[in-house]
Amino acid sequence: MPERKIRVMVAKPGLDGHDRGARILARCFRDAGFEVVYTGCHQTPEQIAASAIQEDVDAVGLSCLSGAHRVLFPRVVELLREKGAEDIAVIGGGIIPEQDFSTLYESGIKAIFTPGASLDSIVEWIKTNIKPH
Amino acid sequence: MDTTIKKICAGDIRTASRLIRDIEDKLPDAKAKIKKLYAHTGKSFIIGITGAPGAGKSTLTDALISEFRKLNKTVGVLAVDPTSPFTGGAILGDRIRMQRHAEDAGVFVRSLATRGALGGLSQAAGNSIHVMEAMGKDIIIVETVGIGQQEIDIINHAHTVLVVLVPGMGDEIQTMKAGLMEIADVFVINKADRAGARQLQTELSSMLNLSPKTADGWKPPIVMVGNAFDPATFDENTAELAKKIEEHHLYLQQSGMLTERMHRKAMTEIKDALSACLMEPVMHSLVTDGDLEKIAEKIRNRKSDPYTAAEEITEKFFRKQAGK
Repeated sequence: MPERKIRVMVAKPGLDGHDRGARILARCFRDAGFEVVYTGCHQTPEQIAASAIQEDVDAVGLSCLSGAHRVLFPRVVELLREKGAEDIAVIGGGIIPEQDFSTLYESGIKAIFTPGASLDSIVEWIKTNIKPH
Repeated sequence: MDTTIKKICAGDIRTASRLIRDIEDKLPDAKAKIKKLYAHTGKSFIIGITGAPGAGKSTLTDALISEFRKLNKTVGVLAVDPTSPFTGGAILGDRIRMQRHAEDAGVFVRSLATRGALGGLSQAAGNSIHVMEAMGKDIIIVETVGIGQQEIDIINHAHTVLVVLVPGMGDEIQTMKAGLMEIADVFVINKADRAGARQLQTELSSMLNLSPKTADGWKPPIVMVGNAFDPATFDENTAELAKKIEEHHLYLQQSGMLTERMHRKAMTEIKDALSACLMEPVMHSLVTDGDLEKIAEKIRNRKSDPYTAAEEITEKFFRKQAGK
């Protein structure tokens, strides 16, 4: 039987328009054989959660470089929970100070990748930890 | 009624999107679900949008969603993007242009990857349309992958086909060519603020004037759509486009052509289903038994030929079926 294809979404919440990192990741996920939905910059957590459900993705990768991750990342998790979609894993990346990690993990973010994380390590994390629905 | 079917008919997005995924991944269960779903399909108006990469299909889809929402119609969108032939991965980027509708409960946008299909759609497209029909969407817009001249599978799925052209893609001989230029019910000249748009319009209309009255008596209108960053003109143009689409829809209904198109669609569906029921199990067992490799070796060494091999495989398959 053909295997389940991994579907992920790469999204940029908030007003941060620095999408180079998100685009490189989307491209790298493509090369890892995933189907990658990219939704562009300036998304509200509401738009991201709704899109993730419409697209039936296994994971959402959030990228934020502006410092608003403490509000925006947990909000996406919360909205997915409200809609009964807590099985969609939310991971985050960007400029995130280490002191924020515990708050984010507690809010339900499954993994955090900061500058210096290799692309391979992110793909590997997804392949190991994300079981397609 | 099956709970999945019940949920989909009630418009549940999660369940619908999951079934679309099961169809894409070819889970055996998906076929059974489609069988049960089928009675609830066939009531939506299906619009196909096709054209070259970057022609503006997604942006036009977004504008059309807005137009149809003004009329309180619910809209489903299937947006197809290409799968890598090397890694099997895909970037599905069509919905970037449609994100202002992401939270609208009356709009459901689902991206599909081609997964090797060459006709501009994905193999799952037909059944994914059915899922959205069962959800009760009034209108379903199917945006093809960016295409060239010949990838025209969309005509077997949509009621009204939009072909999106942009200026600067070649001389007037291009408008005379077979394939893409023949399938439009409505032509859009997009980015019409650019140089060459008027010329393209002239070439197109002279091509259309030369065409024998299309078999069904409809002459495809040409709609000019200007720069999307100039909202006043753009909105006016896309409202005009929506009107032309509706006119074509009415024409299909009144002329009886709708029945003919539904019939063509049914023919395609039988062919697709047959190939799924015959080809796929045969290929599957050939691959899992390792027979495919052995046969390929025999053919390579000229101990057999492809036709004899195919006949033997077919005979074996039917004998096995008869024995069941």
